[in-house]
Order: sequence, then C-alpha cells, then structure tokens
Amino acid sequence: MTAGCRYDPASETDQVIAAVLAGMSKPGQRGIIVDSPPGAGKTTLVVRAATELAASGESCIIVAQTNNQVDDLTTRLARQDQGLHLGRLSATDYIPPAGLLALPAVTVATRIDDLGSAHVILATAAKWATVKDRSWGWAIIDEAYQMRSDMLLLIAARFDRALLVGDPGQLDPFSIIETPRWIGLPYDPMQNAVTVLQAHNPDLPVHRLPVSWRLPASAAPVVSSAFYPFSGFRPATTPGDRHLEFAAAGIRSSADAALDVAARSGWALHELPARHTTRTDGEAADAAASLAARLLTRRAVGTCERHPAGRPLGPQNIAIGVAHRDQADQIRQALANSPAPTAEMIRVDTANRLQGAEFDVTIVLHPLSGRSDATAFHLEAGRLCVLASRHRHACIIVARAGIADILDAHPSDEPIHLGVRAKFPDGWEANHALLAHLSNHRIPAP
Amino acid sequence: MTLLTSLARLEAAASGRARPLSQVRHRRLAGQPLVIIPLTLAGDPDTPVAAMTGTSRADQHLLAVPQPRDRDLRLGFLTGLAQIVLGYIASRQHATEVLPATRNHEERRRYADAPQILVPNRAARDYLGLLGRSTRFQRTDGPFPVDPAVPALGKWLTFFADSADQPGSALLADLTSLLAEHWASGQSPLEDASLAAQLAWIDPPPGMTGLQAALATEDPLRCPPAGPATDPGFDQAILEPLVRNYDRAAQAGSQAGTDRAAAEITSALRGQLEPTWNAVGDAMSLLRALPETAGAARRWATDRDSFTRFSSYIGDGGLPQPRRDHAATAAARLDRLERAQAAYDAERALEDPFILAELRTAGEAFAGEVVSAQPSRTTTTTAGRTILRPRFTVRTDDPVRIEPGRVLICPTRPGQRIRIADLPRTGTDAEVVLEVIQGMGTPAKPKPGAVPPLGELVSYTIDPGYWAQRDFPPVDQTPWTHGGPPVRQRADQAEEPQS
Repeated sequence: MTAGCRYDPASETDQVIAAVLAGMSKPGQRGIIVDSPPGAGKTTLVVRAATELAASGESCIIVAQTNNQVDDLTTRLARQDQGLHLGRLSATDYIPPAGLLALPAVTVATRIDDLGSAHVILATAAKWATVKDRSWGWAIIDEAYQMRSDMLLLIAARFDRALLVGDPGQLDPFSIIETPRWIGLPYDPMQNAVTVLQAHNPDLPVHRLPVSWRLPASAAPVVSSAFYPFSGFRPATTPGDRHLEFAAAGIRSSADAALDVAARSGWALHELPARHTTRTDGEAADAAASLAARLLTRRAVGTCERHPAGRPLGPQNIAIGVAHRDQADQIRQALANSPAPTAEMIRVDTANRLQGAEFDVTIVLHPLSGRSDATAFHLEAGRLCVLASRHRHACIIVARAGIADILDAHPSDEPIHLGVRAKFPDGWEANHALLAHLSNHRIPAP
Repeated sequence: MTLLTSLARLEAAASGRARPLSQVRHRRLAGQPLVIIPLTLAGDPDTPVAAMTGTSRADQHLLAVPQPRDRDLRLGFLTGLAQIVLGYIASRQHATEVLPATRNHEERRRYADAPQILVPNRAARDYLGLLGRSTRFQRTDGPFPVDPAVPALGKWLTFFADSADQPGSALLADLTSLLAEHWASGQSPLEDASLAAQLAWIDPPPGMTGLQAALATEDPLRCPPAGPATDPGFDQAILEPLVRNYDRAAQAGSQAGTDRAAAEITSALRGQLEPTWNAVGDAMSLLRALPETAGAARRWATDRDSFTRFSSYIGDGGLPQPRRDHAATAAARLDRLERAQAAYDAERALEDPFILAELRTAGEAFAGEVVSAQPSRTTTTTAGRTILRPRFTVRTDDPVRIEPGRVLICPTRPGQRIRIADLPRTGTDAEVVLEVIQGMGTPAKPKPGAVPPLGELVSYTIDPGYWAQRDFPPVDQTPWTHGGPPVRQRADQAEEPQS
C-alpha cells in the first residue's frame, strides 16, 4: 500500500517510538514529551509504552482527560496485551460502557484500594486529583495539551517520572475566569500542562511522531505547513492509496460539483455569496446539511489501505464541524428535515468536541463565514486545525465569500506580554494559508 | 454578548433610553459604603493627585497633593488616605456574631458587618490595587521610614482588590460595572466605562434622549472625567500653572504663599471631582431602588467571613501579600474563582427571570409545560434498595442544549435536583423526560409537591454542582513539574492568607 512512498512510514514511526522507549529506560530522565500531529498513532505509542513499562515491572498509571479517552485506552490496552491486569478508576457517577465490562482483565472501581493487583491503572486527570498518599514510578499523560497546568500540579505527586503525549496544534484548555493576574508567570495555571512543564524543565527531550496515518496525501502537507510550520509531518499514504467515488452520478448542482471536486482532490470550498449574517446563517446550515445528505444519497464509496475493496460510507463515517453550539443545533435540525433518511445520524459538533475524533469525510462550516469581524476566538489556529484535520478522505468547507477580506481587515492585534512565548502558528496566518490552498478548489454556489 | 442583551441594547439605542436588564440587585450595597474617587497624575500612575472620599453624599472629604512629584507630600497624602480607610475599616470591626459549630467547622465568630469600598469605574478599582501594591512593602524603619498606616493601607487595598476579582463579592465594587449588570445602554460597552455617559442613558435629563445626554457628557469642561486619569486640558490650563505657583512660593520659603497656592489647587481639584461625586450618589440611588436578592445577602456573609479572616491575619502581624502568587497559590486561587463564578451564575439564574431567559436563548436552560408524570415511579439500586425516582415530561420549544444525564435545578423548588433521563426531539419541540433525584422523599413517604402537577409551567437550568476545594500541594512541596519549592523566600513577603 505504501509502495509509492519515498519513505517507509511504519519504520519512521517505529524509530521515534523506539527512541521514546529508550529514553524512558534511561535512569534520571524525569520526563519525556511526545508531540503528535493529527492521527499520528498517539494511542499506539501510549499502549506500547504502558506494556513495556508493565513488562519491565515498573509501576505505571495512565492519565487521560475525559472518560471516553480513558475507556478507549483501556480497551486498546486490554486487546494489545491480554496478560495485563488493568484497573479502571472512576468517579462514583460513572457508568462503564458494556464493552469495557466484558473485558476479563479489567477491574472497574471507584477507590484506588480496590485496584491493588492491577499492573496499570487508568483514570481521568480529575479522578487522579482525588487520589492521595500513593505514588507510582511512571505516569503516561495522554492529550497533555488539553490538560491545564493546575491539574498537572494536583497530580504531580502521584508519579516520579512522566511521559506526556499530545497534539500541540489543537485547542488550548480554557477557564471561565478572565484575569491577567498570572500572565507571564512560568506556572500560569491557565496554560496547558506541557507549556508549564517545559518552562520549568527546558531540557526535557521532545520527540515528534513523523507520520499522519489519518490525513490523506492531499491534506497532510496542507495541514502540516499551515498548523505545524516548524515540526511538520508527512502522510502515511500516497495519492493513489485512497479513493473516494460515488455509486450514483451527480446532477448539475453546485453541491454535487463540490462533492466531485472533493472526491478528486481531497478538498472543496463550497462558497456561498458574500453576506454578513448572524451566527446561525440559515443558508450556510442548509448547504452543509445538503452536502452531507448528498454524500449519502450518491452512495459515496471510500477505498483505502484498510478497505482495499472499497466501503460504502454511512452516516457514522461523516461529520460536520462548526465553531458554535447553536450552529450545530441548526444543522442537526436541517439534517432531520433532509431527504436522506439516515442523515440524522451524522455527527454534528463543535471543534472542541471533535478533538481526537476521526471520520472519512468532514464538512466544515468555516468559523469566519458570514462574520463582519474576526475575533481572537474565531482566529484561533487550534479551532481551524481541529476542523481541518479530522478526515481520512476529504474535507469540504462551507463558507461565505470574502473571508480573505475579513482577515485583511482584522490583523491579529492581541496584546503581547512579557514572559509569554509567542504562540505558533499564528491564527491569522494559518487561516490565510488554508484559504490560499482552498482557492484552488473553489465551487461558487448560487 | 448574548441575544437578549444585544436586543436590549438595540432597543435602548432606538428608544433613546437604557433598558433594564434585571429587576433585582445581586450585590449588597452597604448602608454606609466608603466612596473613593482617586485622581492620578497624567502619564504617571504611581503619583496620586487627589482623592475624594466619604460615606454619604453630605460627608465629603477631599485629599489633595499640591505638588504630586514631591515624595513627602505624596506620603502625606497616602497617610491621610490610610487614616480614612483604616478608620472606616475599624468602624466595621465592632459587632461580631457567633456561628455555632457544624460538622465541618468549629464554632467561630465573624464580624456582623464588613467594609465596602465603592469607586466610580473599573479603572479606579484597578488603581486602588496599584496603590496597594506600591504601598504594602513600604518600610517603617531604615533611612526613609513611613507612617505604619501606609503599609497597613497597602495590605488592605490589596485585600480589597483581590476580593474584587472574586465573582459576586461586594467588598470593592465599581459603579459602572454594577450599573451595566442592571441596565443596557444604547452605547458600546467601551463607552459604558464612563459613569456620566452611562447615567445619561439610564436617567437622561428632561427633554433629552440618552444619546444627547451622553454626548453632552463628553465635554470635559461641563463633565470632567471620573478619573483616575485627569483631563489633559485641565492639566495644561489649570493644574500645571497652579503647581508652578506652589513651587515658586515654596522656593521663596513663603508659608502663606504655599498655603494660598495649595488652597487654589485643592479648590480646582474639587471642581474636577464634585461632578463625579454627585454621579456616584445618583448611581447609588438608582441601585438602591432595586430590591436585593437573598443571594446577595449570602454572598455578603461570605465577604464578612473573608473580612474577619483577613482582620485577624493583620491583627496577628500578617506580612504583606507576596508580589506574585506561587504556583500552588495561583492554582488554588483560580480554583476558588472558578467555583465562585459557577455558584454566582447559578444563583443569579435562579433569582432573576431575566438571566434565566438569557440562558434559555442559549440553550442552557429551558421552560415548558408538564405534559405527563409518574410521581410514584421507583427503581432498585445496585445494593437492592428500592428508591423513589419520580419522572415527568416537560414539552418545550426552547433550543435545549443540555446533554441527558446532566443535573438540573429550578427556581420554584429549591433544594431539589433533577436529572435529564431522555431528550427526544420532534422538529423544533423537545419533550424532556426528567427524573427527580433529590428532594422527592421515599417510596413510603413521598414529599408532597416534589413532582409538578400536569399543566404547570416549569423552568430548569444546569446545576453547576458543588465541588470541594482542591488540595494543591503546599508551596514548600511544589513538585518538579512546576519548578520545585521556591529557592529563597524573602522575609518581607508572606504566603497568601488561607481563605
């Protein structure tokens, strides 16, 4: 499948993983950071590291940010190493999914003392913060860039050494409190855990997973140069490895034209006429919903290294990404009224909630579509990066015309603070970079 | 800005008069607050020029510095301000009340009253914090000793400024923010930072629209700015020549001359401050006319607790607050602020129909009619106990954006907790299936009225939940991830007092 690559993605990834594991076995190494671009096999790394630690008799805990992430890791780890006894520590009101309970080597408990015999214990950071008076040799912290540094402070006494894994290009954690009080302090509690850890331990080694297994050859270079300008990554597949086709031919509509362009090139910009709209732009919502419905009614078939014979895409393989929750509601409403009967099952969510998820085709309502200004929220590089990096085949962006003009009229004017490192990539520039690429795949809608 | 606030602003702009955003007041206004209107030298924020203080409209006191660049005069000003503030604080430290012991707390005393400082705008609030920072480390010994009241003032002003960050606290409040919580003007939030302009929209003089009245306040001759920065025209045309007169008299060694020049300066500054003084009085009258909520009294009790704690900290010879938070104190403070914010938002939503309406437009609350109910439904726990779990269904056309499983609270049945059991949608309507999980009684003894009767209009919003204060490590056990324990700690800086 990767015959056309000039490099071997599997061995490149293995080299990095081997370097990480070698670093972990070196005594005196307090922490290791692994940056992982979208779909680069972060979970594989976490599972490998945990099994190796368990095999060498090291005590180890795994910290993730949400219950879903913990369940996911638990399942993967249980499948990988059947001999491993896993402990799933949870809050009292957590209801474990049936799939997890069916795994024989997993014990679910709400108290750490009930998990005495487990080789590896997994829990959310919030749950680990309630554990007292115990400590383990290693902690593997997953999605570390989504964790706030005050959480790291709460759990830091639970481990001697830590492996932090995460995607630096995604959205930063946030707080409901706005205060300039800690800006510029190295331990600013509003910052993410990795930034604070690095500020105090500048010598910690940083590894980068070099290959995205998710993003197709059409998307990896675009996302890499727009959102990971200094680290970069490559696709695991070549342009010939993945195909998107339609079993039913299109009609001469702009929506079908956009689908055809997306199938051919991996990207499409479905551009509505320029107009200033409210956040809930009815026409844009309808356009996003009807694009998704057309994907179903035209019976899109995806061929890739996992499904070499081709697989018809169902609603579970498609997602629509937006910036705001009311926009998601509006599109769900439009999907419910759509002619495609299964369209209602398509996931519509905000960038925050789509973090970590993977689909075959995504439809994205551009955060700046229809706006008359560009605020820091809408310019945040992480938001656009999440939206533009969830797909295995194609990404179709729905936007009102004139976003380049909005960007030019609103250059970044965020204050610059002493002691705060400039954040890259700059959201304004990343927006322009993606837009420049999309301009080659533009389908104007009437 | 949310939908209803935007609408209210548009309506205010169209009608020429501010629109009320709330019919209740969520913050305590003390019977005798200490009003402070500070003025500072333009371009030199650490150089105060004057402050008008007082606890009622008639009790007005002006402190002025005839030559702001003279350190001794400046110290004299700060000592004067310290006496006023410390005297005011001491007057709130007389009566105490005894709180009986509870499961988690021993019996304790707290002051029956607390000080409240009111300033005209947010900039003045920040300025008091700045004054606190610049005075709390001043030394009362060594080559340039200051009056002990000055560092004491610094510690107290820092305490007030820190409390003002706490959502819902009323120990230090600025009137433009208080007014903006209750009225939507027809101007931008930036323009709302001017107290006079905001008042012009809320209560324009007869025959004028809010816009006309607000435009009139932009003339610094008729309406000097509320500070802390002074009007540059006043600085150049009036203050600067008067200060030069003072300098000349001082150089000539003429006591009568300096007294005369100082009196002229004081009188000029009074002219600048008096319009704001009156505006502050007007704003307070407007706010006093609104009925105070029960939550405001509860939060004032929290304020009295922290006042009591800080008083005893100072009484025990407490050191000035550190220049910067440590890693653990910063995290603990953020935790405290976030818990206070969540509690404040939820309490206001329950007490204020306007805020509940805002939340409904955002999908974080909903209201509707009860269409079916199973008041005696029971379930069995994993331990095998039968418990009462009544369910009822509410039909609503609100855009509900709350996931099933979330716990809800409602204004009419306080103390009750509800969980969304199911949320099927039919077009724009939703039928929310709700399960009472707290406050419903037992199967043998159901609580009457726990389940609303059919046809009742009910409203619910998200319960922020109570989460316990988190245990951050002590500063001397700061972990390696956050730089380890601080290497050397200066003797003149203290930890933040526990609160």
